[in-house]
Amino acid sequence: MGRRIGVQTVEIESKPRIISTYNIVGPKEGQGPLSDYFDRILEDDLNGTESFEKAETSLLYTAVSESIKKAKLKEADINYLLAGDLLNQLFSSSFAARDLNIPFIGLYGACSTMAESLSVGSMLMEGGFANYVVAATSSHFSSAERQYRLPLEMGSQRALTAQWTVTGSGAMVLGRKGDFPYVTHCTIGKVKDYAITDVNNMGVAMVPAAVDTIKQHFVDTGRKPSDYDIIATGDLGKLGRQFTEELLLEYKYDMKGHYMDCGEEIFDAQKQGTNAGGSGCGCSAVVATGYLYRNMLMGKFKRILLVSTGALLSPTSSLQGESIPGIAHAVSIEFGVIK
Amino acid sequence: MKGEYTMKVEEKTIRKKFNNLNSNKIPKPNLLLHCFNAFWVGGLICVVGQFISDFFSYIGVPKDELGTSVSIVMVFLGAILTGIGVYDKLGDFAGAGSVVPITGFANSIVSPAMEFKKEGFVFGVAAKMFTIAGPVLVYGIGSSVIVGILYYFFRW
Repeated sequence: MGRRIGVQTVEIESKPRIISTYNIVGPKEGQGPLSDYFDRILEDDLNGTESFEKAETSLLYTAVSESIKKAKLKEADINYLLAGDLLNQLFSSSFAARDLNIPFIGLYGACSTMAESLSVGSMLMEGGFANYVVAATSSHFSSAERQYRLPLEMGSQRALTAQWTVTGSGAMVLGRKGDFPYVTHCTIGKVKDYAITDVNNMGVAMVPAAVDTIKQHFVDTGRKPSDYDIIATGDLGKLGRQFTEELLLEYKYDMKGHYMDCGEEIFDAQKQGTNAGGSGCGCSAVVATGYLYRNMLMGKFKRILLVSTGALLSPTSSLQGESIPGIAHAVSIEFGVIK
Repeated sequence: MKGEYTMKVEEKTIRKKFNNLNSNKIPKPNLLLHCFNAFWVGGLICVVGQFISDFFSYIGVPKDELGTSVSIVMVFLGAILTGIGVYDKLGDFAGAGSVVPITGFANSIVSPAMEFKKEGFVFGVAAKMFTIAGPVLVYGIGSSVIVGILYYFFRW
């Protein structure tokens, strides 16, 4: 049975395996540096639907149903679908779940949803409450822009610290058997807010949460950065990644050579005009289900720490002058022999 | 050793360093280049307006109707360029240069109207059309009323 270690971490003994993953991305992501690691790249970001919200729903539905097919399972075999997205009332997740014959738990963790759903899924498996769980999330550039920012055709300049919401969805199927990467630890983060109010600087606003969760994970497990082949934060962007490295040095954790940020890697900021990098729930989801998972299967990464980061603001909260609270959850995944 | 180092460092220190990084390391936009681009694009839009004004004057539009006629054409152009997806790219390049002229005003009304068409013509297009231009209209018209009242009482 799993147990609590330290202050915020749980150790998962039953090793819930990630038996399959599937991801689907928009055209812009497909032109990015990680294009080889996507299962499907759309040519049209509406995906044949009539609105961007419906397009995002179709992305999530495709990721979930294809990941189940890839695991050679049926919808009825899955005990829980854990999913969330950025839209009001979890539009994409709820409406994708409407067409899936799976008990559904909706989660909101903004862009931290991949690590959040994977953590909760692993705990459900550990508790013996499920044999198969699907953890999934999605985001869409255009649906996020219209909810949080200005209309698409509005002629305005993007700040240098602004990030580009990833159009994409990723799903993971957790099972009990087989030779696959498995979850060993989950560190659930606390909400941290260091009073950043600039909504164009969200990567940096999430840094305190990322730093706190990563530090706490190391303290709780007694591990250090070099115990991981790669530590991947969700969507801090270029600047956020630099700040995180510097702040963790204060705790004497040197991340150099073991650290990447999914948002920084998914786009070529120079060529694609994405400024600080990618963001959104889909960002860490498609990188985790693609680049990270596949490299684990190939044996390049034996132990990784996925730290999805979320900015828990709402359009209303920023209009009322509130600062941006951040959250980060960390999941440790292993595969193969660890030295 | 668990927590060997970390116990000594307090969150206060981290927060201080974070604030330090945030105030020093945030990249600053190149203001000179932005001003230059805004200046020449904005200027070019005005040249187009002047050209249209001269043309109307040439074909015999009366002088007191020239301003209105030019505005109508410029708003139309702004709307067309928004509709075919050019104005947002222009805006990204020129900033205030394309926002301040009346074409930018057209862009700020047409873009939400297009965006919210999916929510229907009443609660989408009509209701959201003025989300950006609305405040400009409210305070523009509001301040003109105040100036008008002041002018009425204190003629000079």
